Amino acid sequence: MNFKLKIWRQKNSKEKGYFKTYQIYNISSNSSFLEMLDILNNQIILCKKKDSSPISFDHDCREGICGMCSLYINGRAHGPDSLTTTCQLHMRHFHDGETIYVEPWRAKPFPIIKDLIVDRSSFDRIIISGGYISVNTFGKTIDGNMIPISKHQADKAFDASTCIGCGACVAVCKNRSAMLFVSAKVSQFALLPQGKIERKKRVLNMIKKMDEEGFGSCTNTRTCEVECPKGISTEYISFMNREYIQSFTI
Amino acid sequence: MKNSFKFHSEIPVTSLTHKWIDHKSTLKLVSPNNRSNIEIIVVGTGLAGGSAAASLSELGYRVKAFCYQDSPRRAHSVAAQGGINASKNYKGDNDSIYQLFYDTIKGGDYRSREANVYRLAEISSNIIDQCVAQGVPFARDYAGYLETRSFGGTKVSRTFYAKGQTGQQLLLACYSSMARQIGKGRIKMYNRHEMLDLVTVDGVAKGIIARNLISGKIEKHAAHAIVIASGGYGNIFFLSTNAMGSNASAIWKVHKKGGFFANPCYTQIHPTCIPIHGNYQSKLTLMSESLRNDGRIWVPNKLEDAVFLRNGSKKPEDISEENRDYYLERRYPSFGNLVPRDVASRAAKERCDKGFGIENNENKEGVFLDFSFSIEKYGKEKANELGIQQPSSLDKKKLGKKIMESKYGNLFHMYEKITNEDPYKTPMKIYPAVHYTMGGLWVDYNLMTSIPGCYVIGEANFSDHGSNRLGASALMQGLADGYFILPYTIADYLSKCITEKISTKHIAFQQAEKNVKDRIQKLIQNNGNMPVDFFHKKLGNIMWKYVGMSRNHIGLCKAIKNIQELRYEFWKNVFVPGYVDDGLNSELEKAGRVADFLELGELMAMDALNRKESCGSHFREEYQTKEGEALRDDVHYKYVSVWEYRKNYPISDEIMHKEDLNFTFAKVQSRSYK
Ligand SMILES: Cc1cc2nc3c(=O)[nH]c(=O)nc-3n(C[C@H](O)[C@H](O)[C@H](O)COP(=O)(O)OP(=O)(O)OC[C@H]3O[C@@H](n4cnc5c(N)ncnc54)[C@H](O)[C@@H]3O)c2cc1C
Ligand code: SF4
Ligand code: FES
Repeated sequence: MNFKLKIWRQKNSKEKGYFKTYQIYNISSNSSFLEMLDILNNQIILCKKKDSSPISFDHDCREGICGMCSLYINGRAHGPDSLTTTCQLHMRHFHDGETIYVEPWRAKPFPIIKDLIVDRSSFDRIIISGGYISVNTFGKTIDGNMIPISKHQADKAFDASTCIGCGACVAVCKNRSAMLFVSAKVSQFALLPQGKIERKKRVLNMIKKMDEEGFGSCTNTRTCEVECPKGISTEYISFMNREYIQSFTI
Repeated sequence: MKNSFKFHSEIPVTSLTHKWIDHKSTLKLVSPNNRSNIEIIVVGTGLAGGSAAASLSELGYRVKAFCYQDSPRRAHSVAAQGGINASKNYKGDNDSIYQLFYDTIKGGDYRSREANVYRLAEISSNIIDQCVAQGVPFARDYAGYLETRSFGGTKVSRTFYAKGQTGQQLLLACYSSMARQIGKGRIKMYNRHEMLDLVTVDGVAKGIIARNLISGKIEKHAAHAIVIASGGYGNIFFLSTNAMGSNASAIWKVHKKGGFFANPCYTQIHPTCIPIHGNYQSKLTLMSESLRNDGRIWVPNKLEDAVFLRNGSKKPEDISEENRDYYLERRYPSFGNLVPRDVASRAAKERCDKGFGIENNENKEGVFLDFSFSIEKYGKEKANELGIQQPSSLDKKKLGKKIMESKYGNLFHMYEKITNEDPYKTPMKIYPAVHYTMGGLWVDYNLMTSIPGCYVIGEANFSDHGSNRLGASALMQGLADGYFILPYTIADYLSKCITEKISTKHIAFQQAEKNVKDRIQKLIQNNGNMPVDFFHKKLGNIMWKYVGMSRNHIGLCKAIKNIQELRYEFWKNVFVPGYVDDGLNSELEKAGRVADFLELGELMAMDALNRKESCGSHFREEYQTKEGEALRDDVHYKYVSVWEYRKNYPISDEIMHKEDLNFTFAKVQSRSYK
């Protein structure tokens, strides 16, 4: 397959970016989107022009679990396929000869570092503000079976916990809201008996931090749910809102 | 040079069941008010590094943690699928510390340290409790208790899991514990930083040199002790199940500063990966081993059927029952599809070498993993439960599919994304791939390397897995090391450092910094013709062909020669774009890692050449039984091979020492999974 690629190039956070056009030929429909970019990069490198540097993009596990890859492809976070990260996207989802636009996440709390790489450390800071259970890690804890948890409850907590922190939900949201990400963590812990003790403090702190970092608020557009590669449900946002309101009552 | 090194493995001399308890009680302590004066560097934030960083900072030490990703939450431990072992006997199948210990020792083909493995088994059940307390949503049964499943190589159900995302859940828990400490200011986190050298002063570890991957700045960091938790080196094969950034650089630099490297040739090949489908491919994807609980592995027993399957003129469903060869069930009736990974992998290779492979790729490699039986079985059970009289086969499929979904949903989804085939309808195609490295830096019972003050934990060390790690034991080891072992043993060393001031002023830091800068300069100014990937792929080919699933004398000698030539070629002809003072440059990062792989690869081949026996994952073709099973030589090779790098000598001149392995508790037997 052959493609025309329009890729966002930006030297660093200060300089202005622009779209650059590349042509690429003979790509197997079974290769992944990132493998296609690898091939393109090797072509750029082989040209050996010192000023035409390969395209920087984030990736690591390449199996949809680390949350490192990002990319806005043809106007969609993680590309045209649903429930997929960019690294799991394959070229068979594109048409031969198609022009493909590739951009970084665009959101103020995710400043661009270079080309397609953005800084998502604001997510870390939200977790640091309270996305944990304050148990020490070296002591003796009670036996894991001492507090039974209903299967239903455990499954629900698990579904919330599968968020990979990729940031697609923020990138697609017109308000740049991080509600889906934050609600997933808040819900996971609020649903488990172990997390209930600190639930009020946790939800308050995390929401406060989210606002401080410059994420917008949620207006129930629900695009986050549509583009989330892990299918995190907006139900958790409602759940978090309830938690939030309850945290003011005694 | 004289072979004068004496091993101080520090293994206590009491009875096996008392070793850890007794040892702990003799370890020196650091009083709480002194701990805040002590700084510890932790390189890596996977399960091992993350749990260590969290625990050490909770104890009151000041911790600096490093990882090359943008967040500790993305360390490669996140990708582990199947589960984590612990001997809790919740299922009443007579599991015990001894059973877990015994299975692990046997699974490692009697090439691991008895004392370490016993300690691991002892600690295992604390890990589960700890993780539950941290909010890990492990699978639960309807009564609300923890659910388990069984894994290859065992006859009990001791693997705790969270669907196919166990590693993710364990890592996120450990990351959140770290986050809590980062918030308190006790851990200083250095994201997107890569350790490029270890600094030693008078042979003692005192710090590291790291590159800030965003700004490109080379930084010096001093500490009272260094903990390396940088994961495994399977990426040396280019195609592996590891993350793209997984590397050996941190441990290789420690090796070159005097840290001994143990058992480098032990590489685990995982039997259930998606087969290679093209030369553009950048990595292989694992399908968790837990699938073997519900999948039956087969190839056709007629060669012509294999041809039809490969060219697509027949579908797996078209091959009738009697024309299928369930070769694992045939050869190993007692373990069947659940034989250990090395056995399952070699059996697949044997069938494909004979021409029965079913995937239409370059080497015609691939076998089926078929779930139709389990879907049918579960569907029937569920229909009975629901009281459906004479369910149609469609009903059963539907009900069965639901159950499979709840067990392995994400894996099936992942498979479909990559291959465009629906494994609920047609069998998966799988083939073995490089997965895990059991070798690593040599450490003593306290997890300290041969360099005082430098500790290594998790996959980066060699200690607990022998020659064939079973499934679900790496996660266990990572967390045991980080949460429950290192925090005790490191105090013993640190107790001597409480008044010591650290600084990066020492000449050793300037020297190491200069070396790192020189190397970067050399890479960038080399101005060769080929990109880094070209060399990495070539190295991977050599490794897979000669140092992969089976090895022989001629092949290994060839590998050593080819790697030497490739290394020469690399330094002559690699092209790394960009400028020295640029910031982010992923090609430069890769180049440094591949340069290190090009040295380690030679050592792996040397180690494999030296070990003239077959054990676990190390299969030397010259040493096999008549039935084609691995033939161990306990008389001559019951040791850990421990390699010492000699400054200013080539890799081929490294010296090998032996640490003898003694088994007092476990009876050394030949492994049989018949
Ligand atoms: C696909 C897959 C599935 C698996 N499934 C299972 C399973 O089901 N059960 C099981 O028990 N085991 C499993 N394993 C094995 C297990 O996941 C690993 O052995 C284990 O997670 C390794 O943990 P670690 O903490 O040692 O290293 P990692 O998690 O690999 O972490 C390495 C860390 O070191 C950092 N790092 C590396 N080099 C540098 C450097 N030079 N400078 C700075 N930082 C550096 C990285 O950023 C990262 O933070 C699986 C492995 C894979 C690949
Ligand atoms: S909620 Fe979904 S889209 Fe948002 S960070 Fe988590 S996984 Fe990504
Ligand atoms: S690279 Fe890890 S999720 Fe895409």
